[in-house]
Amino acid sequence: MANEAKKSTTPLLDDLEKGKWPSFVREIKKMADKNPRAKDLLGQLEMSYRDKVTHWKHGGLVGVRGYGGGVIGRYSDSPDKFPNVAHFHTIRVNQPSGWFYTSKALREICDIWEQHGSGLTNMHGSTGDMVLLGTSTDNLEPIFSKLTSKGWDLGGSGSVLRTPSCCLGKARCEFACYDTLALTNDLTHEFQDVLHRPQFPYKWKFKMAGCPNDCVASVARADMSIIGRWKDDVRVDQDAVREYAKSGVNVQTEICDLCPTQCMSWDGRELKIENTWCNKCMHCINAMPKALRPGKDTGATILIGAKAPILQGAELSSVLVPFMKIEPPYKELKDLVEKIWDFWGEYGKNRERIGELIQRVGMGQFLEAIELPPSPQMIKNPRENPFIFYEEYFEEEGSGEGSK
Amino acid sequence: MESVQAEQRRTDIGPPNYENFLHPVIKKNYGTWKYHEILKPGVLVHVSETGEKIYTVRMGSPRLINIETIRMICDLADKYSDGYLRFTSRHNVEFLMTDQSKIDPLISEIESKGYPVGGTGKSITNIVHTQGWVHCHTPATDASGIVKSVMDELYDYFRTMKLPAKLRIALACCLNMCGAVHCSDIAILGVHRRPPKILSNLNKLCEVPTTVASCPTGAIAPAVVDGVQTVEVNEEKCMFCGNCYTMCPAMPLANSLNDGVSIWVGGKVSNARHAPMFSKLAIPYIPNNPPRWPEVVDAVKNIVEIYAKNAKKYERLGEWIERIGWSRFFDMTGIEFTKYHIDDYRFAATTYNTSTHFTL
Ligand code: HEM
Ligand code: HEM
Ligand code: HEM
Ligand code: HEM
Ligand code: SF4
Ligand code: SF4
Ligand code: SF4
Ligand code: SF4
Repeated sequence: MANEAKKSTTPLLDDLEKGKWPSFVREIKKMADKNPRAKDLLGQLEMSYRDKVTHWKHGGLVGVRGYGGGVIGRYSDSPDKFPNVAHFHTIRVNQPSGWFYTSKALREICDIWEQHGSGLTNMHGSTGDMVLLGTSTDNLEPIFSKLTSKGWDLGGSGSVLRTPSCCLGKARCEFACYDTLALTNDLTHEFQDVLHRPQFPYKWKFKMAGCPNDCVASVARADMSIIGRWKDDVRVDQDAVREYAKSGVNVQTEICDLCPTQCMSWDGRELKIENTWCNKCMHCINAMPKALRPGKDTGATILIGAKAPILQGAELSSVLVPFMKIEPPYKELKDLVEKIWDFWGEYGKNRERIGELIQRVGMGQFLEAIELPPSPQMIKNPRENPFIFYEEYFEEEGSGEGSK
Repeated sequence: MESVQAEQRRTDIGPPNYENFLHPVIKKNYGTWKYHEILKPGVLVHVSETGEKIYTVRMGSPRLINIETIRMICDLADKYSDGYLRFTSRHNVEFLMTDQSKIDPLISEIESKGYPVGGTGKSITNIVHTQGWVHCHTPATDASGIVKSVMDELYDYFRTMKLPAKLRIALACCLNMCGAVHCSDIAILGVHRRPPKILSNLNKLCEVPTTVASCPTGAIAPAVVDGVQTVEVNEEKCMFCGNCYTMCPAMPLANSLNDGVSIWVGGKVSNARHAPMFSKLAIPYIPNNPPRWPEVVDAVKNIVEIYAKNAKKYERLGEWIERIGWSRFFDMTGIEFTKYHIDDYRFAATTYNTSTHFTL
């Protein structure tokens, strides 16, 4: 069958070459002509399309020497049919902050991958890493040494610090309230050891967003979400507001009425903001970026604990530190992180995310352990049930015991 | 016990410093951007306090790309953007340029190679997605094929900005959810519906204690069948996560008859106006129908179109639904409401309606 030239061996996938959106099948096919791994990937994928099931197996641990992560082991369940993908491990390469590249740097990676892998990539994986999609075990060390010789290192996988990632922040966004790229780069380098060697109960993710628009979905995806915000007043250029009004923006209905705190008013000439009410939602600034800007007294809110539904149900991150200045050398932040990791290391069960641990011991206990004060910014509302575990009480006078 | 050879093996060098990859104009104006405008779909200009400008052209990509394509992108960057480029958090490519007159030539060259320009503002940008049958062992569906089929149909929404607000779609191929799906305007989630099979050679392939321990819900117990050590699964406790298959290849979960896709709506991550929200179940199950999953494509398109027609300016899908109410949403979309829509996992009661606020 293999040399039946005229009839396509991949009729189902061929259909996905049609249509306007760029086709991943064409990407694989183009490589399949010159790369046997890509060719067998195509064949196995067609088999999945026919059988409606995956043909990959999990295969235990593979990796490079001295690292406990960065490579996702993958084995075919049909190695006899598709010997070139019998092993098909992916390599996570730690991306530069903000996913900025030069063509030169990308070409160097392409050259390495051309020689040692399938020639297929994901730009990028959902964690943020560059994903080199598919090679065999014997290629791992050579790839690793070539990558490091060009200045690249592997990202995280398993129970480690996962590759931190961030929005492009101050590099190209006027809303950024702190330098997300610098912080991400700094933390990634500071914590190389826990990124490469599993020392945690489970995974830990940092994601840095420069403002409450949260373009990296940190509130949904990170154990610690660091979201920029400001403390002072929204900066307003009244002339520019009037320009927007003139150009057809209905400042009353599109801006003031949609403000969640109803703290804005517009008399047709001047936009007034009661900044003590503003919750920094970003709506008005998003809608009129030429006229409005975040304030100048900037920093970030630190939130903790997002996780997927496994095991106790999903959570979004919730507020831990309402406001922190984010400036090098980031001592306050790093001290906080170390305290949390210590607590998690001591009390976390195997495969327990920090968010689940906090649910289990209670936020109050957790705050005490990491020595942070409780604050109303942490909650949507105070508790509704009266089952309070009081820890202090008065003893009757003369009983000899004081309050706890 | 380090190796005696003091070889030149470099480790723990971390990622290269991003500063090496910043366009000189970006480096110079770092942190001093004043405002931006969307000049047209896929084209942004950012203006600095100094008046300097950087233009961005955003190109859609299938995420799974080969090195020839990356080299093609590099060629474009060399020709149009001084060799500087970046990728976005949703897999798009961005060319960063200083010469406004090069924008249109770049766009025609990108489009002539079969890639779209767009994904800015009130559009549907690229679909964040996962590996599926291309590279994972627990998927309930493929990722790239559905994404391709949906984006073929929604192509014009990528290249225009005519929606009430931005609309984010994401896909994860099983409930481990390796992509930002649960907080998307529309989430496509692969679902298994049958517990793992237990192959008779389990005792040869797997250790019983580690297999039992692998299950997050404690559904697996040791058992003896025909005098052979194996395990059994309490089907009522299984929520189809595939952890057991990760530890034990004799417990395959994939099931061509029963695997498929569910659709969730109304999530968001930004804080603009409404606080971040999870996506909620719209359609519990659509069978896998490769290569094009037409039922999934139709379902997504239906939701997009009804939202586009009825929501107010700036209203995200979830904000719109919150305003009109879920009863109205099911009514307008014609989606059937079933018992699966009513939560029965932990804390389920927090999702029950305790008011008389609804439409009939
Ligand atoms: C028990 C639960 C989980 C299992 C067994 C699991 C398994 C996997 C596997 C096998 C892969 C590799 C896919 C491949 O390249 O072949 C993967 C990738 C990934 N996982 Fe998970 N995962 C789990 C939970 C999660 C959770 C909870 C998250 C995040 C909240 C997550 C985030 C990711 C990400 C971001 C990737 C990269 C995916 C991509 O770029 O396509 N995983 N996971
Ligand atoms: C006018 C206001 C906004 C501006 C100037 C803006 C700016 C940006 C920038 C610069 C990026 C690229 C970030 C990166 O890849 O790291 C981006 C991406 C993104 N932003 Fe925003 N953002 C705005 C509003 C929002 C809002 C309100 C949301 C969510 C509701 C949002 C969600 C996203 C998402 C999901 C991406 C990834 C887009 C893609 O790759 O196609 N943004 N935005
Ligand atoms: C539509 C169904 C859903 C899908 C497809 C989905 C998908 C995902 C994915 C892909 C991630 C990982 C993001 C990453 O790190 O790359 C994730 C994480 C998460 N999901 Fe969902 N999700 C869904 C439903 C839910 C629901 C219903 C909730 C909560 C009620 C939820 C809460 C979370 C949380 C808190 C995370 C945190 C991420 C982490 O563990 O790092 N998800 N989800
Ligand atoms: C220490 C705990 C509690 C005490 C001592 C308590 C005491 C009472 C008392 C004395 C009444 C008035 C009964 C009457 O009509 O004569 C009452 C009514 C009620 N309680 Fe509680 N309660 C407690 C906790 C709760 C909790 C946790 C809930 C619900 C979450 C609850 C729900 C109600 C309701 C629904 C009523 C009826 C209210 C009405 O008639 O409008 N109670 N409770
Ligand atoms: S999160 Fe805020 S600062 Fe970062 S890119 Fe998005 S809009 Fe800009
Ligand atoms: S940022 Fe949000 S809360 Fe603050 S004034 Fe603007 S719209 Fe209102
Ligand atoms: S979502 Fe599930 S099936 Fe898809 S890549 Fe992640 S673990 Fe694999
Ligand atoms: S699929 Fe998940 S829940 Fe079901 S038995 Fe396996 S480990 Fe347990």
